Amino acid sequence: MNLLSLIPPVLALILSPLLLGVINRVKARFAGRRGPPLLQVYYDLAKLLRKGAVYSRTTTWVFRAGPVVGLAAVLTALCLMPLGGVPALWKFPGDFILLTGLLGLMRFAMVGAALDTGSSFEGMGASREVWISALAEPALLVALATLARQAQELSLTRICAALSEQHWLHTGPVLALVVVALGLVLLAENARIPVDDPNTHLELTMIHEVMVLDHGGPDFAFILYGAALKLWLFAALVTGMVIPAGSLSPWPNLVAGLGGVFLVAIGVGVVESVMARLRLLIVPQLLVGAGALAATAFLLGLK
Amino acid sequence: MGWIEFILVLVVLTNLKLLASSRLGASIRVVARQGLILGALPLLAHQDALSLQHVALAAGSGVIKGGVFPWLLFRAVREAELTREVEPYVGYLTSLLAGVGALGAAFWMGTRLPVPVEVVSRWLVPVAMFSILSGLFLIISRKRALNQVLGFLVLENGVFTFGAGVLVETPQLVEVGVLLDVFVGVFVMGIIIFHINREFDHIDTDQLSALKD
Repeated sequence: MNLLSLIPPVLALILSPLLLGVINRVKARFAGRRGPPLLQVYYDLAKLLRKGAVYSRTTTWVFRAGPVVGLAAVLTALCLMPLGGVPALWKFPGDFILLTGLLGLMRFAMVGAALDTGSSFEGMGASREVWISALAEPALLVALATLARQAQELSLTRICAALSEQHWLHTGPVLALVVVALGLVLLAENARIPVDDPNTHLELTMIHEVMVLDHGGPDFAFILYGAALKLWLFAALVTGMVIPAGSLSPWPNLVAGLGGVFLVAIGVGVVESVMARLRLLIVPQLLVGAGALAATAFLLGLK
Repeated sequence: MGWIEFILVLVVLTNLKLLASSRLGASIRVVARQGLILGALPLLAHQDALSLQHVALAAGSGVIKGGVFPWLLFRAVREAELTREVEPYVGYLTSLLAGVGALGAAFWMGTRLPVPVEVVSRWLVPVAMFSILSGLFLIISRKRALNQVLGFLVLENGVFTFGAGVLVETPQLVEVGVLLDVFVGVFVMGIIIFHINREFDHIDTDQLSALKD
């Protein structure tokens, strides 16, 4: 471990709420609005942290543990993610399986908290969240397995370091399919538009938002911040495989990685602006499609 | 990693799209696009100098598969007054998963089927196999005669892929003959669909098999 490895997690901690600001700004520009300030999410977080929390008498410790465990899981996952050629804080063979496991733990904590309230809406949201992630997780795992296979490496840091321009020249279609599959998983896992609408205010159509209706104050701030970090995590993953680490020195690489992460945010904003949300019945087709693309890439990548 | 691999990946993706597609019009267009893309394969796969035959074959298959077939099929859709849904026996998601399974099987078969002549790409045999398998699957898993024609076209595209990529030196006459057969096939099927429809008010083969007398 060297000090340089501390930079990616610290950057994520500081800049991840800005990603949501960028997405909102892009959507506003497309709609011809001026949009909220770029730092709006920071203001929201500061406001929420100053508030007190109210807990229903029907809830137990599961409800209170949800946001904390979720944030802890995503923070741990962040330590596994390299950024722009800078190695991750923590790397070992097979760490991408731990990454998906930690994301699963985060989801489990959230779903547990939602079910603990006993609200029928939250139960419905929890059911949908689990249903969608059950479809998105195989796609993510197969995509990561394809990357590991292509790079002939087993840890995220080494995979991102090993993927170079040569891979894009020789097996471009394989990597392109994986990028598309990971992009769809990113949209699904972060509750973005073709799958879930972050701006919806009708409980019947919400998925992720409806699970957190009963959380308030610092708990909700934790959830919001965790969601921002999760978006950063996926954006860094996509960036890590698209931008070849190459032989540049660390600093230009880091800048390229940061630029990539924000480009992903802009891309998400564009997708949200030009697409309508899919009907709930179509969502499984989209996600199984992502899984099929990842599986195709895996098969094409076999030597 | 050249243009041939790019074409083959596109063929795989169009097959998967066909398996998951619920719209008749979209399916016809996808098959037409697949035919157009595959038309370029003989141009890229040849090993000697580009001859007039290659160009003629590419142009012929492009025009017939990308232009004439969709026209005939859309005409059949219009005359038989079909709805826009595909009406499958096997659902779209299951079809897609079956497609992924077929792709795996095709790659396995590709390793088990050594081709005596030189192949232009290592993906060629699996992709041709996959087209044939998904064509067969489309034929047996869709209810209406028109979708079965589409499945037949996909199957033929698989055969064409194999022919254009593996048997580079086969007489082009064979290819032209196959193309002509398929053309006549689709033409006749278009007419049959129209007549079945006029006789029975639908082209649902499920109900056709229960006919008595």
